[in-house]
Amino acid sequence: MKPRRFLYLSLALLASVWVLVPIYLLAISAFGGPETINAWPKGLLPARISTATLAFFFAVRGVWDAILNSILVAALTMAMSILLGAPAGYALARFVFPGKDGYRLLVLLTRAFPIAILALPLTVRFIEIGIYDTVFAVALVHTALALPFAILVSSSLFMGVPKELEEAAWTLGCSRFQAFREVVWPLARPGIAATMIFAFVVSWNEVFAASVLTLRERTLTAFLLTSLNESPLHFRFAGGLFLIVPALVFIFAVRRYLFSMWGIANR
Amino acid sequence: MTGERALPYLLLAPSLLFLALLFLWPLAEAFLVAFSGPGGQWSLVNFREMAEDLNFADAVRNTLLLVAVVVPIQLALALGLGVLLGSLDRGRDGFLYIWTIPLGISDLAAGILWLAMLSERGYLNSLLAALGLVEGPVLWLSYETPLALFLAVVVAEVWRATAIVLVILVAGMQLIPKEYYEAAEVFGAGAFQRFRRITLPLLKPSIQTALILRTILAFEVFAVVVVLGGRDLPVLAGEAFAWQYDYRNAGVASAYAVLILTVSLAATWLYLRLLRVREESLA
Repeated sequence: MKPRRFLYLSLALLASVWVLVPIYLLAISAFGGPETINAWPKGLLPARISTATLAFFFAVRGVWDAILNSILVAALTMAMSILLGAPAGYALARFVFPGKDGYRLLVLLTRAFPIAILALPLTVRFIEIGIYDTVFAVALVHTALALPFAILVSSSLFMGVPKELEEAAWTLGCSRFQAFREVVWPLARPGIAATMIFAFVVSWNEVFAASVLTLRERTLTAFLLTSLNESPLHFRFAGGLFLIVPALVFIFAVRRYLFSMWGIANR
Repeated sequence: MTGERALPYLLLAPSLLFLALLFLWPLAEAFLVAFSGPGGQWSLVNFREMAEDLNFADAVRNTLLLVAVVVPIQLALALGLGVLLGSLDRGRDGFLYIWTIPLGISDLAAGILWLAMLSERGYLNSLLAALGLVEGPVLWLSYETPLALFLAVVVAEVWRATAIVLVILVAGMQLIPKEYYEAAEVFGAGAFQRFRRITLPLLKPSIQTALILRTILAFEVFAVVVVLGGRDLPVLAGEAFAWQYDYRNAGVASAYAVLILTVSLAATWLYLRLLRVREESLA
């Protein structure tokens, strides 16, 4: 048995190295200063630790605005997807009604639509109604991406709260709304928070729609994508690292909900 | 109690309205734009322009090849990692967290990350030089080395998006009762037999879900390709972007979008046919 254990552990470590080493190498590319970027051949340690590359990145005109826009868009996406999605999730979890299956099917179907088919026609419409090139317009499209997940995940969260608890609150004189606020909401809250973080990440990472829907109000992804041809390598590396770091934190924060997020939402 | 009966509809209404406005409407509009000519009449002129473009054939071929190469690798790798995870005694949570890190990383960031590996003075060339395989910096990501560029995109996509397949499969594996494996062991089934006779058949719904989701996303591959190769490796979503953003031609861009949707739906239909799952196990 012993050698087999060792083999399994080695394979698991190998897979971890495969995931982590590229991230580490990007990090030292971004923190190594110009010497590391131009070094040949490169070593596994940076020539020196320096914040010169990152300082250069943040000093480029438009970077801070793009970061701010990314955060705003993601926050709006987070708020809209939960405000629209949680009530629908509650309805799916607690009620039996005609049209329920049709609604579920519609929500599932939205995942088959490529982002291009949403973003391109919306560009034209957004120009017409005057919200093209705004943070709000990008957030609308990102909400369309995150909402199906918010609906399905919050529905499974509410299903996880025993109906008996809610009914007990009714018999004690709570209205439906009070029972929801006092009993269901506190129990579902951690999961709802994870769903919101998930919506934030979806928006933070989205490239295509953000790039076609903005000209000046760039999100960070749109800014990086559209400046690829003009920007030096170390600028791109710093930008890439800056995109990755929040995502790492977010995935760590929602790791307990990973399966309910992806496992259930994809059924 | 009419209020009670109306309540679920009231709760669904906002999300339904939103999805109608931002999914169904643009979907219908994309078809209208794609199928209309310069005067607004019904026409295939956009599709003709798309098909006559120099990059079109390459974009179709590259996208299909990428899907055909990337998705099977991801499925095999995720299956292997899933089984491996089940065989570990300790540290499962830690390994699972590390392996799912790429879930949170955007395709743009993943492309940049692999650019750092594969650029001329990048880490791959440094490694190859240390092994004595190359003399100096080699250019991999160029239109002169289409195969290397293609492989670079494959590697970056496998690195980035295997995690989603893994999570779906592991979620499915957790639903398989332990007793089945114990019973199989009692009857003398080896590890491979248990995998083939228990894990694979019971995992079929999850495999189907993972394949459908990954294939749809693979047909949309965009930022990774743009970062690594620009338009030296044309793909469908990249062409849609270029027609919209660089050429300001919404008609042809929409034609590409309709094409992407069509192949996505065709692939979904194919998977549903090939991997037929009984209704009760889909619950």
